[in-house]
Amino acid sequence: MSRRKTERLLSLVVCLLSAGRFLTATQIRDAVPGYPDSFEAFKRMFERDKDELRELGIPLETGTNSAAEDEAGYRISRQAYMLPEIRLEPDEAAVLGLAARVWHQAELAGAAAGALLKLRAAGIDAEETTQPGIEPRLRTGEASFGALWEAVRDGRPVTFAYRAAGRSGPAHRRLEPWGVVNRHGRWYVAGHDLDRAGVRVFRLSRIDGPVSFAGPPGTVKVPPGTDVRETVRDWDTDPPALRTAVVRIRPGTGHGLRQRASACGPDPRQAGWDLAELPFSDVGWFADHIASFGADVIAQEPADLREAVMGRLKGVLA
Amino acid sequence: MTAAATPRESTPRPGTATDRLQRLLALVPYVISRSVVGLADTAAAFGVTERQLVDDLNMLWCVELRSPDPYCPIDLSYEGGEIVVSQAESIDRPLRLGVDEASALLVALRMLAEVPGMEERSALSRTIAKLEAAAGEAAAASAQVSVQVDDNAARGVLAQVKTALAGKRRIHLSYYVPGRDEATERDVDPMRLLVVEGRTYLEGWCLRAESVRLFRLDRMMAIAVLDTPASVPGDARPVDVDQGLFRPSADDVHVLLELSPSGRWVAEYYPCERIEEIGEGRLRVSLRTPDTRWVRRLALRLGEDGRVIAPPALADQVRADATAALALYA
Repeated sequence: MSRRKTERLLSLVVCLLSAGRFLTATQIRDAVPGYPDSFEAFKRMFERDKDELRELGIPLETGTNSAAEDEAGYRISRQAYMLPEIRLEPDEAAVLGLAARVWHQAELAGAAAGALLKLRAAGIDAEETTQPGIEPRLRTGEASFGALWEAVRDGRPVTFAYRAAGRSGPAHRRLEPWGVVNRHGRWYVAGHDLDRAGVRVFRLSRIDGPVSFAGPPGTVKVPPGTDVRETVRDWDTDPPALRTAVVRIRPGTGHGLRQRASACGPDPRQAGWDLAELPFSDVGWFADHIASFGADVIAQEPADLREAVMGRLKGVLA
Repeated sequence: MTAAATPRESTPRPGTATDRLQRLLALVPYVISRSVVGLADTAAAFGVTERQLVDDLNMLWCVELRSPDPYCPIDLSYEGGEIVVSQAESIDRPLRLGVDEASALLVALRMLAEVPGMEERSALSRTIAKLEAAAGEAAAASAQVSVQVDDNAARGVLAQVKTALAGKRRIHLSYYVPGRDEATERDVDPMRLLVVEGRTYLEGWCLRAESVRLFRLDRMMAIAVLDTPASVPGDARPVDVDQGLFRPSADDVHVLLELSPSGRWVAEYYPCERIEEIGEGRLRVSLRTPDTRWVRRLALRLGEDGRVIAPPALADQVRADATAALALYA
């Protein structure tokens, strides 16, 4: 079944490529073996074949050879079909092989392998061998990656359920996606939120359930000059640290804190402790961080930070 | 209009008719663009058996068009194990790249160009330019996917690591483990550098742990390349990055946590074995770890937003930690 279909599709491609002009459905049926005799059955099968070829990226055009013909025909233009000439130096072919490994088992791995196949067919010897010593990888564990990439690629709006940080339930969101960005190892989608009427960034791991298309391809227009990377960076960047905390740190502990301290030394008033000054911006986040050190780090000032840390610790015992 | 998202267009499942068609269309130009083409090498290049390859070649050779006059547009032979295509003018060039294909390679190449210490920067930019030119319009969408590579390792650390890798030498590390708030001293025999989703790791045999470990370069507080040659045991297996960077072991402790809606982020940040919704946005997660010290720190950070359910001894420990800390605020 599948073999006969492959043979038919192959003959169809060869037929339309070599004809060099538009062929009518009838001419195609006469030339390509494997179609059923009944015209209706042929039409149905031919429709499916056309879809399959287009899905493979084969540029199947519809038109007529002259204004005098009234029945539309089909052709594959050689110019549109073929990969332009590409020659790579050995070092270029080597980085191409490395690039093809990046997706490995992730979302676009099949596409990378398909691209490599075509480039090999163009005469390039890109081996998927390991570059000695370095192994770069991307992962797309988030189920929504595939659908969002498709939406971004085709310019389609999407809807999905999104669970924002700290919310008990997911909320329905409608988004015109502009791009997908990986930052600090996490995937984000940035775009225009249709309900909030503004630019928003969503973390893919917080999307709950499937992503659905909410409009036809080509309806999302990315504003000129948009840099999605910058959009995500602005959204993700902590506000500048405007306040200073004073904390006691037990010697030999709190290494992460010490590295960011603006001042750190033995506490003159309490033996057995160091005293550090630390810049911070968000009391809640910083209090969580201090609390995680337990009895090794004690917030002294400001008062609201001290209260927040105590609140966290009491919460453990509640 | 709402339609369910469909699987990727240009990446059919292996073994389908269209998958094979893609291979057949690539096969002829592959042979034509090379001077000597053997059956075995070609089968390997296409990831098929020689038998499958011969079947592919026969299928190409058998293509027959019936009208206006019957003719066979493809002529080839593979006698003596060498493939020769003598006629195939209509499919002598590969199909152009699709959007997914061009994007997959371009996104990866641009990511590589950002990897700190990449020596092939010039080759990367030349390849990107050539690929963009060859892909034409199909290259445009790739600009909408971007991977940022972090470059926040201390100055000189990467160079030292590369020196050790190149010279196969042992290194000494002061390595910070934030989960335990601990600076550890250890000797490591380097194996390779991994760049996983923007972060750079050294994979090596840790003599202290006596196993293969990953070390994030930005957590190396100090590094020294020793005179001792590295000697990675023959049975040291590289980490399978695609299975996740954390490998559970039989000795691990099973930890059960309950999280409030504000504590749900834990399920995103830590490798949980099971994640279960328990209503009102709360989660119950289970994870396995060889060392529970970081879980104690995590529980303190979470306060009322997270609760250790099991093991009970760990829950007691967390309460003792909180009590001890609160005593210092009195």
